[in-house]
Amino acid sequence: MTNEALIPVIGVITDIRRDTPDVKTFRVVTPDGKKAFEHMPGQCAMLSIPGVGEAMFSITSSPTNTEFMEFSIKKCGCVTSWLHQAEVGQQITIRGPYGNGFPVTKDFKGKNLLFIAGGIGLAPLRSVINYVRAHREDYGTVDIVYGSRSMDDLVDFKEIQQEWVNEKDFNVYLTIDRPQDGWDGHVGFVPAYVKEVNIPTDRTAVLCGPPIMIKFTLQALLELGFEKTQVFTTLEFRMKCGIGKCGRCNVGNQYICKDGPVFRMDQLEELPSEY
Amino acid sequence: MKKIAIKNLDLLYKEIASAQELYLPVKVAGATNFKKFEDGVDVDIKSLQTVKSAKDLFFPQSEDMMEFKTSGKNIEIKDARKQAVPFVLFGVRGCDFKSFEVLDKVFLAEPVDTMYKAKRDAVTVITLACNNPESSCFCKVFGVDASNPKGDIQATIANEEMFFEALTEKGSELLSKLTCLEDGDAKKVEDEKAEIVKKIDALPFVNLDLSDFKGENLMKLFDRPEWEELSKACLGCGTCTFVCPTCQCFDIRDFETNAGVKRFRCWDSCMYSDFTKMAAENPRKTQMQRYRQRFMHKLCYFPSNNDGEYGCVGCGRCVKKCPQSLNIVKVIKKIGGKIND
Amino acid sequence: MQRIESMMIEKAKALLSSGEVNRVLGWKKGELGFDVEPCVFTSEDSLKDFVYNAFCGANLSKYLVGETKKEGKILVFLKPCDSYSFNQLIKEHRINKDNVYTVGVECQGKVDNSKLKENGIEIVDGVVETVEEVTIKANGKDYAFKKDEIVLGKCSVCEKKLLSYDEVISINEKRTPSIDRFEMVKKLESMTADERYAFWKDQLSNCIRCNACRNVCPACTCTKCVFDNDNSGIASKANSDSFEEKMFHIIRAFHVAGRCTDCGECSRVCPQHIPLHLLNRKFISDINRLYGEYQAGEDTESKGPLTNFTKGDAEPSEVFGGNN
Repeated sequence: MTNEALIPVIGVITDIRRDTPDVKTFRVVTPDGKKAFEHMPGQCAMLSIPGVGEAMFSITSSPTNTEFMEFSIKKCGCVTSWLHQAEVGQQITIRGPYGNGFPVTKDFKGKNLLFIAGGIGLAPLRSVINYVRAHREDYGTVDIVYGSRSMDDLVDFKEIQQEWVNEKDFNVYLTIDRPQDGWDGHVGFVPAYVKEVNIPTDRTAVLCGPPIMIKFTLQALLELGFEKTQVFTTLEFRMKCGIGKCGRCNVGNQYICKDGPVFRMDQLEELPSEY
Repeated sequence: MKKIAIKNLDLLYKEIASAQELYLPVKVAGATNFKKFEDGVDVDIKSLQTVKSAKDLFFPQSEDMMEFKTSGKNIEIKDARKQAVPFVLFGVRGCDFKSFEVLDKVFLAEPVDTMYKAKRDAVTVITLACNNPESSCFCKVFGVDASNPKGDIQATIANEEMFFEALTEKGSELLSKLTCLEDGDAKKVEDEKAEIVKKIDALPFVNLDLSDFKGENLMKLFDRPEWEELSKACLGCGTCTFVCPTCQCFDIRDFETNAGVKRFRCWDSCMYSDFTKMAAENPRKTQMQRYRQRFMHKLCYFPSNNDGEYGCVGCGRCVKKCPQSLNIVKVIKKIGGKIND
Repeated sequence: MQRIESMMIEKAKALLSSGEVNRVLGWKKGELGFDVEPCVFTSEDSLKDFVYNAFCGANLSKYLVGETKKEGKILVFLKPCDSYSFNQLIKEHRINKDNVYTVGVECQGKVDNSKLKENGIEIVDGVVETVEEVTIKANGKDYAFKKDEIVLGKCSVCEKKLLSYDEVISINEKRTPSIDRFEMVKKLESMTADERYAFWKDQLSNCIRCNACRNVCPACTCTKCVFDNDNSGIASKANSDSFEEKMFHIIRAFHVAGRCTDCGECSRVCPQHIPLHLLNRKFISDINRLYGEYQAGEDTESKGPLTNFTKGDAEPSEVFGGNN
């Protein structure tokens, strides 16, 4: 009875980086210093602290990173609050990978890509963006529109500024909700910025962020002439097992944990809007 | 065909229990549930149904998974799953046996749930034909023949005798070992079955129309305005889910013991307000949404993923047990048959 | 009782059509004759399914917690026992009294559905009721029962009166109970500790933690129950050990002590037929002994003995006892 879906392995937090006032990025390896498992961009893992709880997080690091996994986690519930006060060297439990992930070897391959994220919504996209960077020859132009409440709330700002903007055929558009000292970039909400940038429709789009942002950004994309079949998103839902058995993340005939969390917008339209 | 006089059943229980663990309907404090046979227990095969279904034996209400020992920043994980031992499950009705097939589709699908599988593999099921089906029974709608239940061994009561027929190899093996049984005459069983079939056909819910409940009608069924009225009196308790033989939702929780943390899984209910609650959002905020989820899952979502197999077996426990008399029959009657209105 | 039902329907129609109320909280007929469900009727037409008979055991008062928060007035029919819960909820500021019109209705005891099958009744075709008897039509026959043979446990001992209402629909004098309400409590008190423990162990080991008792209880109206609150430290969905299974019910009994009106819904709805009301009734019996006769829900104003200090209160030594 080993290697079971619900039984986790030990993970060690080897690095903690404060990204924003309420987001920290945790680096996790097994006690012998390896990656706990391989994954694809957009897939998730269950992290837990015994006695506190277990929760599903998207894996922020790219599969091409061979040394460790990273999780960018916003402080909002029991498990996340506990993690935020943890120190380097803390052991946690980890199991996975769960979910379908982004179709990087299918629908995305050979395409121009448009990534749109709001706030912590960048976390799952960072995995796929860095995967695309590592397989640059497989994809066309990459546009990234990323917005947050303020400059301080932009996750991975350093990596964006130092690496992404310098990548060949990468266009990075950053925006914050309100003007702020020291910010000379764009100010305004993501959906409006997407329309302003007027990105050509020959792209496959990936959306991630709070529900309200998804709603208005999708509307903006449709107004720009995008089809729903061109737009992907990744859903957040309460999960317990991660393998489509505990019933919690069932919406319509789909289980977000195994059939998702990545869905194409036209697929979501066939589901009850209970996500 | 083997048989034993009803008055001698205790001999059978004892003989089975001497070789393997035996679980059967036992009455404690007035309520009958599947429990382990021990000398002196009040075996109740007269009641048509146990309160809790037999799913408890494979998917217990609460089941330890692992234990954690923590010291400083370190964690140690210890497997706490119990090893399954071979057991006999006696007195399972046709509907409950059918529910095992429904649960199998969930728990035995990849990745296989080994805690469930170990117990499924360890069991020999003796089913029992329903001599007196009740008005709340509608298993026939879901293709169950309560007069002729499946199982490893099928038992039928006729004229103060219980008859046994092995239906699987596992069943034959067990049956051949039981020395307290004598050879029986199949004719009596056939006559009794014919009687049962007549009774079943006269039940009030056997002609429920399920034709609308299919995947292609998903959104139409979901959007029916009747859900509001149907769910109005729902208390949001978990009675229907916990007595239901096919409800399989579970929670995974930690429990602080004196010697570390125990992680166990336990039954959960989609009727509970916190079922889908996240730190910031809850996609199902109203009891109507939660009520709809439960029945849509059984009547539409589950069949659309499982070749049309419904997530209900017509046992009627919800009909009998809902505190406010809401149930799946009322849903089928109210929501079904209206799609083309 | 058939006359009472038609009077109720007339009353409901009149109040709906005059605009005095926009909804009616009552009972709706089911599929098998006995599976009556609580229902909010919104039109005169929908009242065709309205029913008031021996199967209307459900206490409607708790639904008013949500319903009186809505727009407009709702008409509610309250049986004597429901009305005590209603008063208690008013006292606890859970019901908005301005949004409800109450009509008290005669009740001579309601049938315990689980006793039907024991008597071979599968589908109820009709029911005729007098004060002392109920005749159920089923299988083309008449099944006549003395009330105590067929009614819910709570009804056998009911001493509740028709309290003050906006209106009352009642024809007959209420049946007087033949059984002492505290009989079983006394029996439990006279047991040895070991016997009592064995009794409750058997009963509570059947509990499946479905929360029906809590969710139906008019005294359980916390927005977030401690047993559902992950931050409480005692949240749980299943009994993780035999100690916990007892604690859930004992904690709940403590929580409703002094507020429980003895409406008996907890025992009526328990799928395992655990006599949960006995825990509450033990508290009621103790309160009566220590603080003088008290019936929760008898009025909407008075302070309960457990929430009010008076100089006449029992001394701790009386409560904890010397040799008891």
